[in-house]
Amino acid sequence: MSRRLILDPPRLHLTLQRLCRQLIENYGDFQDTVFVGLQPRGIYLADRLVSSLAELQNQLPPVGHLDITFFRDDFRRRQEPLKANETRMPFIIENKRVVLIDDVLFTGRSVRAALDAMAAYGRPVSVELLVLVDRMHTRELPIEASYTGIKVNTIASQRVLVEWEENQGQVWLLDQTDKKS
Amino acid sequence: MGRESGPGMAIGSNGQEKLMSKLSVKHLLGIKDLLPEDIQLIFDTSSTFKEVINRPIKKVPSLRDITVANMFFENSTRTRLSFELAEKRLSADVINFSSSNSSVKKGETLLDTVNNVLAMKVDMVVVRHSSPGAPHFLAARTKANIINAGDGTHEHPTQALLDAFTILQKYGSLKGVKVAIIGDILHSRVALSNIFLLKKMGAEVMVCGPNTLIPRHIESLGVKKELSVKVALNWCDVANVLRIQLERQDTRYFPSLREYTQFFGINKAMLDSLDKRIMVMHPGPINRGVELSSDAADSSQSVILEQVENGVAVRMAVLYLLAGNN
Repeated sequence: MSRRLILDPPRLHLTLQRLCRQLIENYGDFQDTVFVGLQPRGIYLADRLVSSLAELQNQLPPVGHLDITFFRDDFRRRQEPLKANETRMPFIIENKRVVLIDDVLFTGRSVRAALDAMAAYGRPVSVELLVLVDRMHTRELPIEASYTGIKVNTIASQRVLVEWEENQGQVWLLDQTDKKS
Repeated sequence: MGRESGPGMAIGSNGQEKLMSKLSVKHLLGIKDLLPEDIQLIFDTSSTFKEVINRPIKKVPSLRDITVANMFFENSTRTRLSFELAEKRLSADVINFSSSNSSVKKGETLLDTVNNVLAMKVDMVVVRHSSPGAPHFLAARTKANIINAGDGTHEHPTQALLDAFTILQKYGSLKGVKVAIIGDILHSRVALSNIFLLKKMGAEVMVCGPNTLIPRHIESLGVKKELSVKVALNWCDVANVLRIQLERQDTRYFPSLREYTQFFGINKAMLDSLDKRIMVMHPGPINRGVELSSDAADSSQSVILEQVENGVAVRMAVLYLLAGNN
């Protein structure tokens, strides 16, 4: 079974630390800033970033969980209807600076759907995108991340798997052929 | 791709992803055809839509390339408005048809009427008809997804789904919840759909009403039968009070409305006399002062308006899941 570790727990820890410091550099005390993690997998990264930030400073942004299922553009174009997840946005994003957070940036379509879904909660001042893994050269829409954990060269048939465990985690690159066997 | 769950996923929706994400049916004709997993999927999806309709902007674009025809061959306020709102919240295109001002009056058959509407490229049909089985007839003969919004005295699946969803939201589970359905069981499609659904999901069901309005052999559906409303109220956690369907009383099933109210009407004093707080439901429209007194209908134990709110969310879930099931 070919699965390649592309980010081991110590390196993932370093990467998260770097992302936190980049966010602090740009957002300072997170005044008027909110984090929005995308369901289903971006919410773990969003929560992890906030707990890492808590070790560095006292001021933290509120975190929302946004489900984009009903805003996707492939509904009725795939075999199964997409199952929705919970949306928990305990704030309005009107006049806020939003950091959208997802684990993997692939085609860019989830992010497009997220931009649509966010409109239901107001007009933000600005939106930036943070991803842990940027799969390069696979974009189908003109969308790029503002903060990137790691950039990887992949082909479309591969999968990126982000595993979160208590206080650590790792990132794998899998070959699709594994899934069938 | 790129977003698969894997080992070490300690957090998250525990095991929920293993449940099905697709209905086993192409049409919603009745609760009888649904699996418990289908019902659970509809409930899960309804919860997310309930959150959507409580947002400042209540609309999602899922059904933007779908046209839905609401074809009501029988009168309705709540169900038609609720379906129409659900369709609009999902961004579907909607056309409304009611038989009272249409060519049905000129003698056009049901199948011709529906086929003509479908020729205008309609994808889904919500149908209410006074004949039991009308939606099944259409489902077998047309290409559209059919949703039964009530067929005669047979089934009213979305009403049962929203009733059960309302109970679920209060009690957290349907398993073991005791539901008494009180009133005209004989003519009620709401009662039949409710019985099917509640039994499938593990609730206990009792029917209560005048002997003449309870179908014979109802016990074969696995429900208890009770002729005293006091006993029923003492037994249950939830009382689902049905409307006396004056339009379907072709023969006299009880001497007078006044007598019905005396024996089977529910008022606040009766609710207060119980040693527990039961939940009072009613599918509407209420005959105030007949099956339910105003003080009971407007009391804090009544969830009648919550049922209406949940109705939109449940219908959104049904439309969404059926539309995705192509």
